[in-house]
Amino acid sequence: MTAIINRQSARRVSKVDRFLTFIRVFLVGLIVIGILAFLAQQFAPDNPFTRWRNPDAMGLSADQFKGLLMSGLSQGAMYGLIALGYSMVYGVLGFINFAHGEVFMAGAMTGFIASEKFNASGLWESNFLLCLVLIIIMAIGISTLMAVLMERVAYRPLRNSPRLIPLITSIGVSFFIQNAVMGLFGPASKPYPRLPEWLAKQRSILTFEIAGTKLLVLVVAAVSMVGLWYLVERTKTGKAMRAVAEDKEIAALMGINVNRIIVTTFAVGGAMAGVAGILWGLLFRSVTHMTGFLPGIKAFTAAVIGGIGNLGGAMAGGIALGSAESVAPLVILEPLGVPGVSQLKDVVAFTVLVLVLLFKPSGLFGERLSAEERA
Amino acid sequence: MSTTMSAPSSTSSAAPALLDQDWRRIGKWGGLCAVAIVLVSLIGMPVGLDRRTIIEGRLSLGYMALIWIPLLFGYVVSKRVVLEGVKTPDPGARDVFAGLCAGVLSGLGPVLLILGIDNFNLRKPLVNWGPPLLEQLTFGRGIGFGVAAWFGICAVLGLLGSLMHVLPKDVRRVVSFVTYGLLSISILEAVISDLSEGFGLESLADAMYAKRGGLTVKSSIILVVVIGVFSIVTKGRLKGATSRYQELQGEERKRASIVLFSGVAGLCIVLPLFLGKIVNELLANVGLFLLLALGLNIVVGLAGILDLGYVAFFAVGGYTTAVLTSAESPFFTPELHFGFALIIVVLMAGLTGLVIGAPVIRMRGDYLAIVTLGFGEIIRLLFMSDWLKPYFGGAQGITNVPPVDLGFAVVTGIDPRSVFYLVLVFCTLAIYVSWRLQASRLGRAWMAIREDEQVAEAMGINTVNAKLMAFVVGAMMAAVSGAVLAAKVGSVFPNSFMILVSIIILVVVIVGGMGNIAGVLVGSFVLIGVLGGPRQPGLLQEFQSYKLLIYGALLVFMMLQRPEGLVPSARRSQELHQEEFLQDAWLKGVDLDREEPEAVEQPGAASGVEGEGAPA
Repeated sequence: MTAIINRQSARRVSKVDRFLTFIRVFLVGLIVIGILAFLAQQFAPDNPFTRWRNPDAMGLSADQFKGLLMSGLSQGAMYGLIALGYSMVYGVLGFINFAHGEVFMAGAMTGFIASEKFNASGLWESNFLLCLVLIIIMAIGISTLMAVLMERVAYRPLRNSPRLIPLITSIGVSFFIQNAVMGLFGPASKPYPRLPEWLAKQRSILTFEIAGTKLLVLVVAAVSMVGLWYLVERTKTGKAMRAVAEDKEIAALMGINVNRIIVTTFAVGGAMAGVAGILWGLLFRSVTHMTGFLPGIKAFTAAVIGGIGNLGGAMAGGIALGSAESVAPLVILEPLGVPGVSQLKDVVAFTVLVLVLLFKPSGLFGERLSAEERA
Repeated sequence: MSTTMSAPSSTSSAAPALLDQDWRRIGKWGGLCAVAIVLVSLIGMPVGLDRRTIIEGRLSLGYMALIWIPLLFGYVVSKRVVLEGVKTPDPGARDVFAGLCAGVLSGLGPVLLILGIDNFNLRKPLVNWGPPLLEQLTFGRGIGFGVAAWFGICAVLGLLGSLMHVLPKDVRRVVSFVTYGLLSISILEAVISDLSEGFGLESLADAMYAKRGGLTVKSSIILVVVIGVFSIVTKGRLKGATSRYQELQGEERKRASIVLFSGVAGLCIVLPLFLGKIVNELLANVGLFLLLALGLNIVVGLAGILDLGYVAFFAVGGYTTAVLTSAESPFFTPELHFGFALIIVVLMAGLTGLVIGAPVIRMRGDYLAIVTLGFGEIIRLLFMSDWLKPYFGGAQGITNVPPVDLGFAVVTGIDPRSVFYLVLVFCTLAIYVSWRLQASRLGRAWMAIREDEQVAEAMGINTVNAKLMAFVVGAMMAAVSGAVLAAKVGSVFPNSFMILVSIIILVVVIVGGMGNIAGVLVGSFVLIGVLGGPRQPGLLQEFQSYKLLIYGALLVFMMLQRPEGLVPSARRSQELHQEEFLQDAWLKGVDLDREEPEAVEQPGAASGVEGEGAPA
């Protein structure tokens, strides 16, 4: 029976399907040709295949490439940290918390305010590590508070409403927070104080040249990830979270306080975003009220790439997206003769999202959602 | 319904004592109100909006931004939760006292803020923390006066807010008529003075409005009386007229509709002749956004597809027009006529709609939202990139888009009235198309998909095609709007097409009422007209820097309190409140044979925890 149905549906390919196949083939072709051209240019910048699209191809040196990869990795680790929040909330409640990027921005903003105060009092210079720990704690506090408040005020009353309603609400929340922050702290971009020399200087690890800050980002991200893994997989709260993600009603029957677990989920996601906010501040040393917007969307992309609801996947997705975004413009687009490739970073990120959703909508590592939310 | 419902504990039949209050509730709302006042003050509204006066020398928009808060909270705190099947006592002195208490408590907000600003300097992170705000909050008369005044003001406002429950219905009607009437006359100052000038009644406007804006005290008193009398006279008449219109049938209804329509059309055509440049400019902007909103209404409101990248089509329309008609466009030098370009614009938009729609159409609703948002951003970035600079001019955009030459008239941005007429034509067309589509086979298919995609598919609807059609129709409307914008402004820049635009249009559609043309009309007039579009100022120009904040807050508020919008479409609100309808029906005993008085309190007592679904 199923066989017959399959054959029938196989015969009738709609135009949309054909078009989708075309897009798939086109994108894959683009990537393959780009990479081939890149390889050709690396082997011999003078061969005709390289010259075909990009007459003045230079090729990348190994150091340049490693540098790109490193900045991609550190940026990706940050996306990963933010993505954890998206992924957890989606896993538990089944909606995209669009305002999660704003939680991240709040962390970065807190970091700026606190570090400026520390800098004014001289503590930033004299005892940087203490300051760093303090601002991370503060950022975690504020971001967590914000995420929890958001849940309480905007999302809890909508728990049982149609799917798109909480999403639209979260867009409103995001808009509101962005502009409230702009009103409170002004629209100018806010610079973090100078980092101490020992942190900012370039280091060489296993022949990889990497700035100390980027290393710090990777280390902090790894530590947070381990902490989160412990929380989710090894503690009772984590078990309850997984149960709630699996099926809210049954979890409630098992004596789990569903509301509390949902709040915890928001809190943990918020804390991760707070950490990411500080890391952003250290890495780019500036923050505005719009800081949360693009990284937020990209982090969601990362969560989708890794498979939404899947925490390891979110981190892996973040790193993959970060590297793709930093490497792909120079490796795929530049050899194809596209000028000004660094402007197309965000285009690459969104294209990756479309690609993943076209080829493997459940993400690279599989999504973990309850049956109801998958519908 | 969303407030945590304190179970009706004090519903005893004995006369409720004044002090038998739900103090926690009062504390919560009063505290929230205080926080809200502080937040609004620190965001800078009192100072930033102070330039605009509502009543000369008495009330400015800056204070207005503060005083509505205790009023609203007083209203909310004394509101009883009305549950179907539970007897609610009539509101009385107890509720008014609750409002008063909440008001006094909320006075703590501005008072603490005054003392804080006076004693500490937090200017560094908080940009509005400083003397101007202090001056504003203390009414320029010293700290002591400010502290006393705010306690007094908040208490009175809380009281007034809660009084709204107690007053007889007729009085309430008069009060709200007067308040809204006075406010709207003040907001519409520009329009009214333009109009009176156009009709040669300058003296009227001069008498009504003060020289530096705002109503004069004398005229506002007269207006209060006039509006009050008006509201008493028209009591019941307005509603009667609408219901009489709705009851009309067949030929009569048709005739009434024609009269109504020609009246509106005549007004639309004649009014702009008497209006000045600024107001006409405003109307033209409202029209442009109305066109966009009508398109989005088809995508989001009818078909239920949340397209956050809607601005992409707007951009495509604008850029296509610019490339085809401008002599400056780097890649296509011939200058086509606007009318000819418009055909290509519509075709291009349809094509873009297909290309963007096809990959996303089968995704889950929320994924689709993010992916379309991504597309919206991609299109802007591509228009801005160096890569496509030879075609679209990069960040500098395309300038020198010629005005529309209609043969008998030229539509340029310098003459906003002509733009308005052009937009009016397109809007009428779009309204007609939406209206016809709504009832058509396709429109019904869209609504079925919105309600339940799987069921719709099972009913034999080709969901993929129907959704694609929604994309295409929406895209065409947006593109026409973009084309007119390009001709109006005379240039296109990538930064005119930020994601912001899509979100503002979404707010317009949602606040107005998803899936309802009248709602979209109301939404765009109220929001774009009063607050303004992403770059375009509205009637309240002072709101320029706060309007996005307000849009965000409005979106959240509407979703929480009234997801069907100001002017709901009957069908949509039924969908949204399906569970409540079922529950109410059950409680009213429509389901008969199992009405248990005990079960009645459940929905209230469940207070936000997993709401009980409608019993099978």
